[in-house]
Amino acid sequence: MSGVKKFVVGSFDDEAVLFPAVKNVRRAGYKIHDVYTPFPVHGLDHAMGLRETSLHTAGFIYGITGTTTALTCISWIFTKDWPLNIGGKPHFALPAWIPITFELTVLFSAVGMVLTFCYLCQLSPFVKKHHFHLRATDDLFVMAIECTDKTNDAEVQEFLQKAGAKEINVQVAETGWWLGRYDKEQKLYRELEKGY
Amino acid sequence: MSLLKYESQIREPLVNGNKNYHQVTEDIISPIEMKPTRLWYIGFYISVALLLFGVYSIYREVTYGVGQWNLNKTIGWGWDITNFVWWVGIGHAGTLISAILLLFRQGWRTGVNRAAEAMTIFAVMCAGQFPIWHMGRVWLAFFIMPYPNTRGPVWVNFNSPLLWDVFAISTYFTVSLLFWYSGLLPDLATVRDRAKTKLRKLLYGVASFGWTGSTKHWQRHESLSLVLAGLATPLVLSVHTIVSFDFATSVIPGWHTTIFPPCFVAGAIFSGFAMVQSLMIILRKVFGLQDYITLGHIEAMNKVIVLTGSIVGIAYITELFIAWYGQNYYEWYAFKENRVNLFSPYGWSYYLMMFCNVVSPQMFWFKKLRRNIAFTFFMSIIVNIGMWYERFVIIVTSTYRDYLPSSWSTYYSPSIYEIGFYLGTFGLFFTCFFLFAKYFPVIAVAEIKSVLKTTGESYKVKMTDMEKENSDKFYLEEVEHAH
Repeated sequence: MSGVKKFVVGSFDDEAVLFPAVKNVRRAGYKIHDVYTPFPVHGLDHAMGLRETSLHTAGFIYGITGTTTALTCISWIFTKDWPLNIGGKPHFALPAWIPITFELTVLFSAVGMVLTFCYLCQLSPFVKKHHFHLRATDDLFVMAIECTDKTNDAEVQEFLQKAGAKEINVQVAETGWWLGRYDKEQKLYRELEKGY
Repeated sequence: MSLLKYESQIREPLVNGNKNYHQVTEDIISPIEMKPTRLWYIGFYISVALLLFGVYSIYREVTYGVGQWNLNKTIGWGWDITNFVWWVGIGHAGTLISAILLLFRQGWRTGVNRAAEAMTIFAVMCAGQFPIWHMGRVWLAFFIMPYPNTRGPVWVNFNSPLLWDVFAISTYFTVSLLFWYSGLLPDLATVRDRAKTKLRKLLYGVASFGWTGSTKHWQRHESLSLVLAGLATPLVLSVHTIVSFDFATSVIPGWHTTIFPPCFVAGAIFSGFAMVQSLMIILRKVFGLQDYITLGHIEAMNKVIVLTGSIVGIAYITELFIAWYGQNYYEWYAFKENRVNLFSPYGWSYYLMMFCNVVSPQMFWFKKLRRNIAFTFFMSIIVNIGMWYERFVIIVTSTYRDYLPSSWSTYYSPSIYEIGFYLGTFGLFFTCFFLFAKYFPVIAVAEIKSVLKTTGESYKVKMTDMEKENSDKFYLEEVEHAH
């Protein structure tokens, strides 16, 4: 997936202009690499044709893992490993275990989901990615269109101009992530490897 | 502008002034980039001083034992557990704002959720101190973790509410932290991308995990926060329910009541919102955020305070009625003699609690008072004092007179190290909060931007103008266009 590619980058300053632009770019057959926005723009994922995320399904699976972990551990401990006689009450005291079972369900689900989220989005400290425009986290909606050998980038730039982009340029960028710090201009390890 | 962005004019704007996206970033993030004010330093140093006094008090307690506190034969839980329950309760408002109001789609939460969640995390940190140091031999604190060990293995008692507390509080802290931090990532990336100095680029670069703002990431982020909100909602109810089980499952008169879980949860939200009010009123003033934390926000929170305060009031009266109606001699004695009797040793605290929690919040039925900042600030302090006394009344008035009159204790008042420990947690809380306010965006920048075009004042004015135009034209052009 990752590697160095060429992109035509158009920056929009209004999401109302961005939406039709996304539709037109897709209709024209260009491949949108990604759109970077300062806040979640509702419906943009559908406009770009992204599929729904299944993160919540993962959360459910982590949750039931927590439930079963709690129930199996507590029941093993209190009925097999070290049965305690508490006032002659049953060793298998399910109602008293509900609070801990519930807490572990929530804990497993939350921790698992956040880790999965970070894994899927490749987010971690000391991870660096190419930023097409620094104002993408401020007030610009930045669309990066991937170029292939056959793409005429002048044509794409003109197309974006018509679609209402405020700033347009062409960038050669690494699509994946690498280890790096934001205070240093840093060569990509892939560049170093290949000796570009 | 499409109709999808429409919000009724009856609703007050959530963002005042003529703002655009960049202005929002500028307003919220620039305080981070400037040198802190003199006021910040003064506040910070006072907090650190309190924290150090707390550390010294804990040092005394660990070195010489729990005897440093004035706990006695029947009052085994004095100030420390009172403070524990109080701090946990404070935390609940943050989760209510960030999780429950998210599920209810309350737009006004965006202005206050970040700081309220931070408050939750710091409050739970403070709360955790009390049971931990109360253990006395704190170096054996790891005994509360259930793991196969060489001591038997001796397991913890899974049927005990005290262990449920361990699980509840640690889960609550972890989930709140994850929720808060995952929401912070995009905003930290905003700070990173604006950074001018190398150090700031490095630190915010590390802290923002390389966030880019990709649409797919936002989609997952939205899904994550929605599910975390769904998990945090029952979690927050469970936490104070479990805290109340510490009392409710015992057989102490005044504690052994089934009304405790809902009463505690309502009380927790009540006191938490009061704390949010105190913090927000200072925060908006110090950082000049009046456009984002508006009078409307303060009024909305005051409405929550009057609602939860009234629930607490009903609970107190129900509890009192049931104590009489239940015809349990000891239960009724605890209420009649230890609490309601003004001339009993702690009678004054019951009336103080009643006044602060039940009577005074009723002032918020008046709109003028709900929108009065000075009055709100004053009330938020009163409510917090009242809620502290609620826990004090429950713990101390139920325990100082045991079943056995011969062991009825003398008047309990805290030692200087008990007070010092409490002040120390204030120091911890405010030290953390001052650092948070200096180094983190105190308002969720991305969330404000996402509601700006619906609820921003300048945009709402435009909508009014749009409505005045010919409605057919409005429909044809705007509604059709939106599809």
